[in-house]
Amino acid sequence: MKDLIIKIENPVLDIKNLSISYNKGKYAVTNVNAGVKKNSVTAIMGPSGCGKSTLLRAINRMHELYPNIEVKGKIFLNNNDIFLMSSIEIRRKIGMVFQRPNPFPTMSIYDNVIAGYKLNGIRLKKNKKDEIVEKSLKDVVLWNEVKNSLKKKGTFLSGGQQQRLCIARALAFKPDVILLDEPTSALDPIATKKVEQLLIKLKENYTILLVTHNMSQAARMSDYSMFMYLGELVEYGKTKKLFINPVDKRTEEYLTGKFS
Amino acid sequence: MERVIKDKIFKGFVILFAFITISPIIMIIYKLVIKGYRQININFFMQNAPDTYEAMIALNAGKIIPGGILNGITGTLFMVIIASTIAIPIGLLIGVFLYENKNKFYANIVRDITDILQGVPSIVLGLIAYFWVVKSITNGFSALAGSVALAIMMMPLIIRSTEETLKMIPETIKEAGFALGVPYHKIILRILIPTSFSGLLTGSLLAISRIIGETAPLMLTALGSSIVNLNIEKPTSAVPLLIWEFYNDPNMVDLVWSSSLFLMGFVLFLNILSKSLNGECRM
Repeated sequence: MKDLIIKIENPVLDIKNLSISYNKGKYAVTNVNAGVKKNSVTAIMGPSGCGKSTLLRAINRMHELYPNIEVKGKIFLNNNDIFLMSSIEIRRKIGMVFQRPNPFPTMSIYDNVIAGYKLNGIRLKKNKKDEIVEKSLKDVVLWNEVKNSLKKKGTFLSGGQQQRLCIARALAFKPDVILLDEPTSALDPIATKKVEQLLIKLKENYTILLVTHNMSQAARMSDYSMFMYLGELVEYGKTKKLFINPVDKRTEEYLTGKFS
Repeated sequence: MERVIKDKIFKGFVILFAFITISPIIMIIYKLVIKGYRQININFFMQNAPDTYEAMIALNAGKIIPGGILNGITGTLFMVIIASTIAIPIGLLIGVFLYENKNKFYANIVRDITDILQGVPSIVLGLIAYFWVVKSITNGFSALAGSVALAIMMMPLIIRSTEETLKMIPETIKEAGFALGVPYHKIILRILIPTSFSGLLTGSLLAISRIIGETAPLMLTALGSSIVNLNIEKPTSAVPLLIWEFYNDPNMVDLVWSSSLFLMGFVLFLNILSKSLNGECRM
């Protein structure tokens, strides 16, 4: 059993005995224990309904939006319990990007990037703001495409550009960890490739945790992979090892396409 | 071949019924324009309603009736503005409340009461405003009383349109704000309301276009006035009240048509404006 889940030394994120239920007694995620390595891309994969998004959304306490969801267990970010931090602090340190690009439709590209500061009432000087916007947009390789139209609405961009804008919005806070919930499932192949290349580049400075139901995407870009099935973390290890030599039978069946 | 004939018959019926449906509005506008256009000139918008003696002299001389409906137009706008000031903020807040508490017991009660309020006959609302405002606050017929009656009529429309508009915003926009650590009240004020602004504006414009032609509640509250009044404690005229007064005066029948034409045109303008706003900004 001990080979199934890899032990990560000095994890950025440490998930301990995490269980999540939507209805009382019915668990969508059961007893997950896992660490996430700093400056790496970790993919969470598994069939639909296996609890991968639910797990991801627990990490920046997104579930607090819905009062009937119950979260048990602990999550540590650099050894600090995230459930004891303030919600603004936790979300500054753990950014999130969603399945569908969701820039704020009333805001310009510029305002979308610094939306986190603006909406939280953090006042910045104009040149500081410009600096953050430029840096974040350069990080997501969007700067050259939009630098002359920063005042245009974010929704005028193409889907792939919007998604990169959303990543820039998450980067503006300089988070430790970025969570991505199937970030390319609404994008075309070219836009997907751009986002993937971008994420691989971003891991130099950030830790990336990615949910995907696309196995080849996980194989292409992740360093570590988790396989979840029916709410359980079945197997977790280095991506190469997991894909070439899975230990658990269910992982093997999933990877060979017996079910998806 | 039979298939083609069936298709043609069906198409014919669809066109026929579509025409039957729109024909009343065409006939209404046609009648109003034919009967009312002669009175519409610059004086119509710049002068108060004439008295019956002036009208009679003009009629006997074969001229058009002098004067206009300035007192009605200003009164209507005045009362609509006060009613909107009362009804829009309250309706908006209740709408947000209903959206945020979708299936809670208390919210369901509020929603049902809103629906009932929408069905209350307007003359009853006029009576209520009479007792609330005319008898106890302004001690006489007043613009304020008329505005209160109109505001009560507007409120359910604004509440429901606010709730429906907010429902159309994708949940992901809310989550985007939440993922940035934005507190809940700021998500509502800075993200949801600006995003649905065009919808909220449309709802308010439609509510205004619904109350602008109300006559019955105004008879019991604003009463009417022969001069321009902009004092909320004084009786005030309104376009539909003037139409009623013109109708009761045999010398001023021509003005009934032109005032109706004006009112109809204004309501039509508001409706088209709100439709185009909604179409332009819908996500």
